[in-house]
Amino acid sequence: MTSPIAPEISAVAVPAKARAGVWRRLVRRPLALTGLVIIAITVAGALLAPYLTGYDPNEQMFDGLTLEGAPLPPSATFWLGTDLLGRDLLTRILHGARTSLIIGIVANGAALLIGTLVGITAGYFRGYVGAALMRFTDLMMAFPALLLAICLAAVFQPSLWIVAMVIALVNWVQTARIVFTETSSLAEREFIDAERTIGAGTARILFRHILPHLLPTIIVWGTLGISTTVLLEATLSYLGIGVQPPTASWGNIIFENQTYFQAAPWLVFFPGAAILALALAFNLVGDALRDILDPTQRGRA
Amino acid sequence: MIAYLTRRLIQAALILLGVSLITFALLYLLPADPVRQIAGRSATPQTVESIRQQLGLDQPFAVQYWRYLTNLVSGDLGRSYIQRSEVSELIVARLPASLLLMVGAIVCELVIGLSMGLIAAVKRGSATDQALMVGSFIGVSAPQFVVGLLLLYVFAVKLGWFPIGGYGTFSHMVLPSLTLGILGAGWYSRMMRSSMIDVLRQDYIRTARAKGLAQRAVLFGHALPNAILPVIAMIGIDIGMFMGGIVVVESVFGWPGIGQLAWQAIQRVDIPIIMGVTLVSACAIVLGNLLADIVAPFIDPRIKLR
Repeated sequence: MTSPIAPEISAVAVPAKARAGVWRRLVRRPLALTGLVIIAITVAGALLAPYLTGYDPNEQMFDGLTLEGAPLPPSATFWLGTDLLGRDLLTRILHGARTSLIIGIVANGAALLIGTLVGITAGYFRGYVGAALMRFTDLMMAFPALLLAICLAAVFQPSLWIVAMVIALVNWVQTARIVFTETSSLAEREFIDAERTIGAGTARILFRHILPHLLPTIIVWGTLGISTTVLLEATLSYLGIGVQPPTASWGNIIFENQTYFQAAPWLVFFPGAAILALALAFNLVGDALRDILDPTQRGRA
Repeated sequence: MIAYLTRRLIQAALILLGVSLITFALLYLLPADPVRQIAGRSATPQTVESIRQQLGLDQPFAVQYWRYLTNLVSGDLGRSYIQRSEVSELIVARLPASLLLMVGAIVCELVIGLSMGLIAAVKRGSATDQALMVGSFIGVSAPQFVVGLLLLYVFAVKLGWFPIGGYGTFSHMVLPSLTLGILGAGWYSRMMRSSMIDVLRQDYIRTARAKGLAQRAVLFGHALPNAILPVIAMIGIDIGMFMGGIVVVESVFGWPGIGQLAWQAIQRVDIPIIMGVTLVSACAIVLGNLLADIVAPFIDPRIKLR
């Protein structure tokens, strides 16, 4: 397929340049930069978890409890204290970062994929298939998301991957709606008509022309979605139907220790702060990306 | 208007039918067996079978679903497997507590969110604005159970201002309402800020200023009433958010509402209650959305119902 306009060149060359511009504009915003730093720290903590502390996340230490068997407060030996089984809290939080990030990436990636596929199909093809898909999306919106997730997670034997799947099944709906709206307006634009006229196939139109235009939306929703996902995983794990102990997750650390929380509030405070910080970080970056990438908002403050 | 309403109500009924079908199918497919749960571990296979027959759980899916639907039409949500009482009665008994909590949460999110948004819009670009918007981000990023536990720790355990949990008086209501409302406050402050900024840019505000009105009169007399309406119209949509949130908040504070009812039912595989609460929640969400759409054209005449 050759055309005098050579759309391939622009489709490939512009994003590469634009990407550098987006990054520069992102780090210039103090809030977005804060978010990026928090994400970087979390990723580093998760990757280096076994090397950062001298403890094993599951090791129940004899000197990790008081003589009465209560958890220890933060000290020079145990920086963030110990939990009810005498395990080092900092080590468990670092390993919990792995859980949060894995779920954040896998569950949110799957939700994004489902949402984009449903939205593009419904928006581009219309007809019965499109109508049926969007009615199903409407239907999913009538479910209280958290309640549905709780039902699903309680029904299956929860594990890391089941939790990721449950979250994906609940969270694809918003993406589908937005991608649908954007695709259906794109499908009516002249340049898509022009492509059809010169004989471009459906796959070519979808992947070379529609998808690149949807990319900013997908990036923004993908970033904001990680925040939702991290919070949902924490909530499910807090209710005891998410990631199961002994695998550490910020939510299940609080779940396991909440009976001690009046005497040992740090067991709730530190993992809680970790959840808040990571969710906040992705919200800050996502919001800045929306300002930078969204063409309809350009120029507004 | 009437044609629109009829069409929307039919749509709503279809959506609820779909919700009931999906929930029923999910619970039918679930690996945990409710009959074993009822009969207990020591029950003989004969007992298990006879309970299964009594409850009609040996019937094919279509038969079970049809029976559920026909009962539903007459307002019968079935009987709880474990609590030996009508699901509709259980829900009706628990609903007032949850509604009270939601009213409390709406008050909290509106008072906190709207005032934050208003101040941020008026001081737009200042450090106050920045700080308030960071606050709103924290509000939407904070997990509800952590907020609940922290509020409990500080205001109930340490300061002793409020009871640690339970239900009954106004002071029991404060912490749970605040916990449920903080997420919404984050959203409302952002919406209020942009709505207010939008209004402050309008010509009639310039006119009001030009005729020499004081800042206070411009803000509260002209800008606020126009900016606040589209934001308040979103309350209908909040209901969906609350329906999930009450499960967590009620379990943190021991609040005897339908959130706890649902959570206990989920743990005991008490399917009729799970079905009932899901349907009631879906009804609330669908009605909330409908309400939000219906009030929209009254608030902004440029919006037309289609």
